[in-house]
Amino acid sequence: MSDSLSAWELIISGDATLYAIVRLSLAVSLSAVAIAVLVGLPLGAAVALTRFRGRTALIVLLNGFMGLPPVVVGLTVFLLLSRSGPLGVFGILFTPLAMVIAQALLVVPIIASLSRQTIEDLWHEYRDELTAMNVGAAGRMATLLWDSRYSLLTALLAGFGRAAAEVGTVMIVGGNIDGFTRTMTTTIALETSKGNLPLAMGLGLILITLILMINAAAWGVRVWSEQRAG
Amino acid sequence: MRDLSSDLPVRLEGVSLRAGATTILDRVDLSIAPGAPTLIVGPNGSGKTSLLRLCMGLATPSEGRISWGGRDALRPGRLAMLFQRPVMLRRSVADNVVYGLAKAGLPRKQRMARMEEALSRVGLLELASRPARRLSGGEQQRVALARALAREPELLLLDEPTASLDPAATRAVEEIITMASQSGIKVVMASHDLGQVRRLAGEVVFLVRGRLCERAGASDFFDRPSTLEAAAFVRGDLVI
Repeated sequence: MSDSLSAWELIISGDATLYAIVRLSLAVSLSAVAIAVLVGLPLGAAVALTRFRGRTALIVLLNGFMGLPPVVVGLTVFLLLSRSGPLGVFGILFTPLAMVIAQALLVVPIIASLSRQTIEDLWHEYRDELTAMNVGAAGRMATLLWDSRYSLLTALLAGFGRAAAEVGTVMIVGGNIDGFTRTMTTTIALETSKGNLPLAMGLGLILITLILMINAAAWGVRVWSEQRAG
Repeated sequence: MRDLSSDLPVRLEGVSLRAGATTILDRVDLSIAPGAPTLIVGPNGSGKTSLLRLCMGLATPSEGRISWGGRDALRPGRLAMLFQRPVMLRRSVADNVVYGLAKAGLPRKQRMARMEEALSRVGLLELASRPARRLSGGEQQRVALARALAREPELLLLDEPTASLDPAATRAVEEIITMASQSGIKVVMASHDLGQVRRLAGEVVFLVRGRLCERAGASDFFDRPSTLEAAAFVRGDLVI
């Protein structure tokens, strides 16, 4: 990667190193969001639909964890995964997998918290009708998740935005290893401190463009499907 | 979906319902048996909605006992209820009806035919693919009726289904209710619209402040009300 090239030249010339970084960033953040969806949606739905002791505390905790400092999550995962940590035997510190785990931890509270709110609102509306139709607990959850799918898309986007934009956790647990765990955000931080502003800016532009594109696509899907389902 | 045993009569014995210090229903005795529509009338806050919710099993009495066909628990699928504001799932009109059928345990193969039959009965077959929540209030209430009737209930409970509808939509809904009643479904409907009560009622249950004030055949209720409150209500005076 030449330092003398401008940001645009790097993008247009299809610089291999640059695109490898972009691919890795997307792969890590999308995997993290996928895992967070599998954990966060059922968690959000379960909290929305059940009453138990400590429920309010859990809701406050989930809401609060939406703002978890990435560096703290990174540090925690680092301690868990380091050689002497409880999960050190797996040897996954400084791998993309470690970055996926750390980002998933950041995103789960966002998806769980936002989906809980969405599902609970819809449940207030549907409750009598579903009870009158004798819909069981599993059926309720499935119905509410399905019927609020477009609103839940917003929760997913918020989660993806968080994962794609953060730099603290991936820096700590990934180690910013060139060609292996270097992502867009860690590269931007590194290149900026090195004074290689064109590359940093090029990556910054790509990052913003990707996030906008994904949001635009999701918005399109939402508008299109809302016209069909109401 | 039907089996031989019935959930009728629904019998309320000394049923009271309280919320905190407020008494919503006060020692109501009532038996709902097959026959012409029963109209539950009374001013706002007299307990009409609560009475219907108790019959549907959506609420449990604070005191007293409810039985369905002699049993203490109602069996799912034999009763259907329509709410004042129809609850439309975020799906197409057809899928709203199919959903009700699926939850009633109708085999998948039979659902489409039954859905089309139910929608044509309420005159909405041509809107089947439209999102249900985009329809007008009257159309939504007809979808809710189609969804309820498609399940072939034994008892249909209606909570002021036309309260927020214009006359044309009200008439469409009333025609469907009459049709359902004529096909053998027991209709129990809350209303505070005297004209509607005259048009539909076989018998009238008159509630005032949570108490069953009077119960009579429709013609008796209108021609020879036996309580002062009922007489005032029939005259069109304000009963509070």
